[in-house]
Amino acid sequence: MSWRMLWRDWRGGELTILAVGLIIAVTSITAVGFFTDRIERGLKQQSAELIGADLVITSSRQDVSDYIEEAREQNFEVATTTQFRSVVVFEEQLQLAEVKAVTEGYPLRGVLRISNTAFGPDTAITDIPAAGDVWVEARLLQMLGLAVGDAIRLGSSSFNIRKILRYEPDRAGDMFSVAPRVLMNRADLDATGLISAGALVSYRVLIAGPRDRINSYRDAIDDRLKQGEQILTFEDGRPELNTALERAQQFLGLAALISVLLAGVAVASVAYRFTSRHLDTGAMLRCLGASQRTIIQLFTLEMLWLSLLASSVGCLLGFVTQFGITELLDQLVLAHLPPPSFKSLLLGYATGIVMLIGFAIPPLLSLRRVPPLRVLRKDVAITPVSGWFVYGAVIVCMFLLLYWQIGNLGLVSTVLAGILVTLLILALAAYLLIAALNRLRAQVGVAWRFGLANISRRPASSVIQIVAFGVGIMVMLLLSTVRSDLLDDWQQSLPDNSPNHFVINVQSDQVAGITEYFDARGVSNTRLYPMVRARLVEINGQPVRASDYESERAKHMVTREFNLSWAEDMQIDNKLVAGSWWSSQDFGTPLLSLEARLAKTLGLQMSDVLGFDVNGTVIEFTISSLRKVDWDTFNINFFTVVPPGVLEDKPANWVTSVYLDAEQRQQLGQLVRKFPNITLIDVDTIMKRVRTIMDRVTLAVEFIFLFTILAGLAVLYAAIQANQDQRRFENAVLRTLGAKKTTLLLGLFAEFTTLGALSGLLAGLSATTLAWVLAETIFKFDYAFDISVALTGIVSGILIVVVAGMLGTRSVLTHPPIQSLREGAA
Amino acid sequence: MVDNTSRTFVEARNLGKQVTTREGVLTLLEKINFSAAAGTSVAILGASGSGKTTLLGLLAGLDVPTHGEVILDGRCLNDYDEDGRAQIRAEQVGFVFQNFQLLFGLTALENVMLPLELAQAPHPRKTAEQLLDRVGLGERLHHYPNQLSGGEQQRCAIARAFSIQPRCLFADEPTGNLDSETGKRIIELLFELNSEQGTTLIMATHDNNLSQICNRRLQLDAGRLVGNDD
Repeated sequence: MSWRMLWRDWRGGELTILAVGLIIAVTSITAVGFFTDRIERGLKQQSAELIGADLVITSSRQDVSDYIEEAREQNFEVATTTQFRSVVVFEEQLQLAEVKAVTEGYPLRGVLRISNTAFGPDTAITDIPAAGDVWVEARLLQMLGLAVGDAIRLGSSSFNIRKILRYEPDRAGDMFSVAPRVLMNRADLDATGLISAGALVSYRVLIAGPRDRINSYRDAIDDRLKQGEQILTFEDGRPELNTALERAQQFLGLAALISVLLAGVAVASVAYRFTSRHLDTGAMLRCLGASQRTIIQLFTLEMLWLSLLASSVGCLLGFVTQFGITELLDQLVLAHLPPPSFKSLLLGYATGIVMLIGFAIPPLLSLRRVPPLRVLRKDVAITPVSGWFVYGAVIVCMFLLLYWQIGNLGLVSTVLAGILVTLLILALAAYLLIAALNRLRAQVGVAWRFGLANISRRPASSVIQIVAFGVGIMVMLLLSTVRSDLLDDWQQSLPDNSPNHFVINVQSDQVAGITEYFDARGVSNTRLYPMVRARLVEINGQPVRASDYESERAKHMVTREFNLSWAEDMQIDNKLVAGSWWSSQDFGTPLLSLEARLAKTLGLQMSDVLGFDVNGTVIEFTISSLRKVDWDTFNINFFTVVPPGVLEDKPANWVTSVYLDAEQRQQLGQLVRKFPNITLIDVDTIMKRVRTIMDRVTLAVEFIFLFTILAGLAVLYAAIQANQDQRRFENAVLRTLGAKKTTLLLGLFAEFTTLGALSGLLAGLSATTLAWVLAETIFKFDYAFDISVALTGIVSGILIVVVAGMLGTRSVLTHPPIQSLREGAA
Repeated sequence: MVDNTSRTFVEARNLGKQVTTREGVLTLLEKINFSAAAGTSVAILGASGSGKTTLLGLLAGLDVPTHGEVILDGRCLNDYDEDGRAQIRAEQVGFVFQNFQLLFGLTALENVMLPLELAQAPHPRKTAEQLLDRVGLGERLHHYPNQLSGGEQQRCAIARAFSIQPRCLFADEPTGNLDSETGKRIIELLFELNSEQGTTLIMATHDNNLSQICNRRLQLDAGRLVGNDD
């Protein structure tokens, strides 16, 4: 019987919007689910490939022969990689590259893929580049206008580009690479002169063998690892990829849930209308002897069938949609993704059922309370279901879905509270806007008055529609207009001559030459800063362990290498917040000026003594001052600065940042030819790369938020459907009074234009406010209010709502007036 | 009182209406012929389902006949499309319904202003205020329909109907939803205004007493005109 009821109600068109709401929710959830599941399984399946071995030891020591020999003795396969950034020179052009020098056998797990042309067919290869050759990523060719066969310079050596490197298993996705790859043979490395003492280089020993032996080998060397060394195994995979996955899951999941919430509103409004239209059916069934339980069972089953059908469609659409997300984020996280699995189907059906329970069933429960007397008297009152129960059900269901997506109780509570508070604020703002607009009624013509009256007479429904669209448009505005505004404003907030190039890996004996070079080309006051690499090993005599700290940042900071610099004077853009800067009497004393935020992260205070391992010797420094550093300036700054006369005898590397105009930039080739070992980093190029990656991620997120707009449309249609009878009747009265079709159309246009404009205005104001908060609190610059954000919001709001609204109400205009008048007011 | 009783204002010629249902063709009205002179009042009598409202709808151009034609002020409504007929209604026709049919989102004043604005009459607000005052709702201009009693709603509907000084007023069971005392006062008001403006009144009712106030009576039965005391 429930199937028959479903079929009848479906033909009546009452349940279409409810089904559409469910489909939108399930599609958005499963699309994200399928995608993140693919990454998750990809990470698991390719864990060994992702490190290129079964076990990897990473070190900053140049000489890792002890590990190599030991692994060879145990009959493991061994290879090494040496990775660093350097500048590739081709004629007068320079390009920063990520260089990887590898030994025979690399990679031990997974294969390299190469091709002869940038986009030609690629083949797997077990070799590495021959001596004198390099394999490069295709984008390096594009950047420098190179072709296979051309010669490039790296440091003091020249190399032939022999192949295009299409895939290397241990590189992961594009998100993790700033510059294009150059793969070379380790045998060529020394001759380049690029590896000098203190240079920023990562050395890796790759080991492969039977997994049980690898595990016991890992246990054996675990305790012998030196400071700054780390073991990665096929079981750990790549922690940074797992973090990226977790964030993607949380963020995309949250984006999908906003659509679920809005679609839920549409489902709930249809369920309310459905309930009120079925009160007579309920009363008649009671009259015929059906128990309250039977009635609820019937209607619940009807909804359950609908939910299962809609969830199936949603899952199918989600499956198709995830290909869209994969296309947009192609190779950003992983180079190859496994095909989708069906695990997310479970999530899809669960979403359908949870939405049904949270949004559709509570209003239906009032059917249980229909008194049989209603068959005789329509005005018999029905006790409505308690509001607490209805809203409680919604909150519990949202909580469940959020928990499933995010999986962190604290974060879920915060996010849920944040969503509810935001929606309440938006609803209040929408209500005030409607009230303000209502005052204009006396000043406008008949059609506009009628349109405005339609909005103010159903304030709850109007507020819901405005907020539903407002949220969708706000997110879109934030992601598109405001995001680029924020980036532009931030870049513009930098002084015009902010440094745009970093020069690193400069040796002590090159400092004078480099200063001279820049002076000769009109780049004045070039100051090079020394830095000595050191590890924090003791605090106040106690050994430092990452496990002593709770925050991830603290754990990371204590295990990373510090660059200790020395200086007579404090950088002009630094500000002392505690202690005092040293005088010439203190030169030679191991004092330390520490960046204030780092001190806070590590719980360090003035006069604490920090022991740093500098090239094998532990030197104890006493904190004598804390500094606030403005890292946004692109000036060279250090967390740790010591007085002159302490570290000068240690191997130092020098670094500087300079502002170069277009002409000075052209001449950089001469600098690199003169000092082949130095590395030049062009800030503009890096910013462009970051923007490209951000654009791709944003596009994918926008794609998910499209469902929010669709859910907003479902809310609008649910509201239109709820008032359809009333609209027909009112249009019939207007027709009777002599209104022409154009007047009726203008009335509808006025109503939807106003709704759209209010949604857009609300969205524009909220997006601008959020941007302002972001600028003030995170980016730390003055946000320039942009009126075009609000205007874009209003125009998009009007366009979407007017088109959808007019389409949704067109049947109202064609309904014969005499019929509507007979039926009377709904 | 305005004297405009010299000529026919409404005329039905061989009027018929059929609708197609799943069960077949259903005849609602058949071969209706009558005319009403300008300024006279005509009652259409008949039981529920006899076709009174359908006839009223056809006469007012709210629906189109399957056969025959309606001539309103010398114009055949068949020659006009929906917008053309709406224009004629806006200029010449007023309506009073059993269910008052006020728009719930608009105040009493806005409801009465509505036809004036549609007809682009000058000073709609002032005219509406005067009319509401005339029907005794001068203190309730800004009340919404749900804040008015049934009798007050019908007064408001009457003010709305007379606001454009229509040449013809159609009333469909105007007292059907009111108690007898209120109904009586409403009828008095209706006829008072009718007489003041010299309007042609066509009223559908099943109330014999009410029909006696009209100049003429037409009796409908199952869609056929069975009595015409012309």
